[in-house]
Amino acid sequence: MPRQRSLILTIVAAVIATAIGIVLSFVIHWFPVQASTQARNTDRLYHVLVIACIPIFVLVVTVILYCAWQFHVKPGEELKDGPPIHGNTRLEVIWTAVPAILLLGMVSYSFVVLHENEKKPAQEIRVGVTGQQFEWSFQYPPSVTGGRPVESKQLYLPDNESVKLELHSKDVIHAFWIPAFRLQEDVVPGITTNYRATPDRLGTYPIVCNLLCGLGHSLMRSSVHVVPPSQFQAWLKSNASTTAAAGGGAGAASASAAGTASG
Amino acid sequence: MAARFRAPGFYRASVLMVLGVAFSTGLTWLVRMSTGHTTFTHYLSGDAILTVSLIAVPLLFLIGIGGFDYWFYWAIGRPTRAEDHSGHGAYTWKDYFRVNTDHKVIGIQYTVTSFFFLLVGGLIAMLMRAELAQPGAQFVDANTYNGLFSVHASLLIFLFVIPVFAGLANFVLPLMIGAPDMAFPRLNALSYWLLPVAGALMLGSFLAPGGAFADGWTAYAPLSTDAPIGQTFFSLGVQFAGASSIMTALNFLVTIITMRAPGMSFFRLPLLVWANFATSLLVVIATPFIAASQFFVLLDRALGFNFFNAAKGGDVLMYQHVFWFYSHPAVYIMMLPGFGIISEIIAVKSRKPIFGYRMMAFSLLAIVGLGFTVWAHHMFTSGMAAWIRIPMAITTAIIAVPTGIKVFSWLATLWRGVLHLDTSMLFALGFLTTFTLGGISGVMLAMVPFDIHVSSTYFIVAHIHYVLFGGSLMTIFAGVYYWFPKMTGRMYDERLGKWHFWTTFVFFNLTFGPMHILGLQGMPRRVATYAAKFADLNLAISIMSFALGLSTLLFIYNIVTSWRGGPRSVSNPWRGMTLEWQVASPPPVFNFDRVPTVVGGPYEYGVPGAVHGIFGPAPATISAGSSIVRAPSE
Repeated sequence: MPRQRSLILTIVAAVIATAIGIVLSFVIHWFPVQASTQARNTDRLYHVLVIACIPIFVLVVTVILYCAWQFHVKPGEELKDGPPIHGNTRLEVIWTAVPAILLLGMVSYSFVVLHENEKKPAQEIRVGVTGQQFEWSFQYPPSVTGGRPVESKQLYLPDNESVKLELHSKDVIHAFWIPAFRLQEDVVPGITTNYRATPDRLGTYPIVCNLLCGLGHSLMRSSVHVVPPSQFQAWLKSNASTTAAAGGGAGAASASAAGTASG
Repeated sequence: MAARFRAPGFYRASVLMVLGVAFSTGLTWLVRMSTGHTTFTHYLSGDAILTVSLIAVPLLFLIGIGGFDYWFYWAIGRPTRAEDHSGHGAYTWKDYFRVNTDHKVIGIQYTVTSFFFLLVGGLIAMLMRAELAQPGAQFVDANTYNGLFSVHASLLIFLFVIPVFAGLANFVLPLMIGAPDMAFPRLNALSYWLLPVAGALMLGSFLAPGGAFADGWTAYAPLSTDAPIGQTFFSLGVQFAGASSIMTALNFLVTIITMRAPGMSFFRLPLLVWANFATSLLVVIATPFIAASQFFVLLDRALGFNFFNAAKGGDVLMYQHVFWFYSHPAVYIMMLPGFGIISEIIAVKSRKPIFGYRMMAFSLLAIVGLGFTVWAHHMFTSGMAAWIRIPMAITTAIIAVPTGIKVFSWLATLWRGVLHLDTSMLFALGFLTTFTLGGISGVMLAMVPFDIHVSSTYFIVAHIHYVLFGGSLMTIFAGVYYWFPKMTGRMYDERLGKWHFWTTFVFFNLTFGPMHILGLQGMPRRVATYAAKFADLNLAISIMSFALGLSTLLFIYNIVTSWRGGPRSVSNPWRGMTLEWQVASPPPVFNFDRVPTVVGGPYEYGVPGAVHGIFGPAPATISAGSSIVRAPSE
């Protein structure tokens, strides 16, 4: 096959491969369900990144396959050398500058998404999260409950309301991760870290400890229940009584601590 | 008999090690008694004695084996033995078990030892995949599982990837620059013997009370500062492996700077030498930081220094900053020498000069510089000050530029070449594809919001294996096949080598590719059990990983049988221009019978009449300054 024809054939194949790759990137279910506004932004960023990266990968693989196909040693060429090409300044400038611009573009877009995901909303409720080997607990201060603080082993959040979780650790580092929200933050002894999210889909989603914290790390799980605001209030009310009845002194103390911090 | 115990070697080392335990016990008792710890049971509580022993016994082993003999003689004023070169060359297999100062023997010691740890680390991975084949507990408990992945990573990082590159370079680098040996042969010998010590400590931790160190190779405080005694095996193992790296790196730097053959200017150095120059800079600057981080952990654990105890004013995040200030550059320590290997192979097997040689060298130095400015991208979710993420994300994205330059230059080198697609070239091309994927996922991880979701998940596991297995290990296999004839004087079986490549390449992608999806879907790393929805994919990954493990047997069989009885190799089977191919295979004990003179670039393939080095003095027309092999396009 003449070289020019094989080159055209290869370029066509590469374009088709890129197209297939991009179609696949939309067909594959990469992520679990989106349950927060942040998840929507992050998933969009991921898709943009994948679409930008597919042509680069296809380019590299195509050149390798084309060279292996066209330039492999043929009978009688065993002692032949290739042409002594030492470089090409224009080409080298291009493949330095173009990736640099592309990368800066991608990282700039990621900052836009980051800003969008982390900006302080006009209104937010504050809830305390405590990690300890190997369980999570959640403290709802009076500013949220409107009465007694509430302590719970499950996280209940009202739908479509921004929440700021204040993370504390009682022992080692944990990571508070809700895959459905696409957000995670370490829970660090000695400091308070923050986790802002706006749940926007009703349902129950896993909370995962995502930083090795010891023997029970694999089992350090809880759930977040995103419920309609009215149901959230009802849950708070029903729990206020049980928390008080349990007389959870420590729980109440840490809950009010979270309340003070948020006040 | 007495002479046998006085002479350096394993007899003397065993005696000194026993004395080391006695010394550690005595010292611990003495200190505890004098500080009022009087309960007898405390003397036997073990942790203190064990901690002191773990420092004393390895040092006494190194003294016993003979690593310090010359310097001790010199320090106490006894006449040092004149170098009679009895420590040069290896004539029987036993010579590989002695302190030997020949860089070629040390290179083989390093490489074989490292491959032993690759096999151990790989077997541990097989156990992990067996456990992960189904959700729930199969046959190891959580503590053992945590120990398995911690030791797996530690062995493969500190005792395989980093030292095996040092081993390959030890063998070929002095040959490539036309030197008779490394600059400091005795230091070279010592740096090798630190390795088995580090490996014995890390593997030995499985025997420790409470099990092996189980906090990951990252050993994040405060988990590690409260862990059982196995953690100390890691803290100290890292010191020995790190000291070994630093010594070798210093040796490489001095060798490259001072021992180049006449005419070997920096821009005539083969790129493998450039790569090891860059790597050595990283090693000497960065490695003290991991040494410090593990000393902090040790002091917290053993003596209650409270560096990382938040309740006593300690700073938990500080550990991560110090740790990653080494461990991010370490990623490049584990990759740059591989870049060097690939440059050698692609030029020789494409029969073309490296495209953009100078940019290839400069991009290595750019990676060294930028490599120190990105460490906190491992900490985007750590709770550090939010603004740090911005500059770190930018530098992380930018460091892909010099790496991209290298990939594009390799591709351009292939273009219009005469490609010999044998085993080492297949590994080089396989490396280009898998490493590109690893680089792309790395760029994605620089994007903060995305990283926040996948940090510490199986996406990270997939990414680092694409970089360290698809990247580093592929280059290591390529390098071993490429220099096998030079190192052993024998040829390997090409057909088996190609089978090894294809099975490795296919099952590597089938094992680690799906892990990206597991991570995006929400599976955390470092867990022995997982949610039921990940079961199918994990089972498939486990089966593929076993096939990947089996593919290594092809390599072992090929190497062992070829080394024992493969056909004899000619001195230059690949028709390479660099100097190591201009001497016999294996090379003579002192490398060059006549000092070579370098008269041109290392990759002048296709340039009529071009030579890289000649033996004997340079002809007047060449030494006058203008190189005869200047390419027309330069």
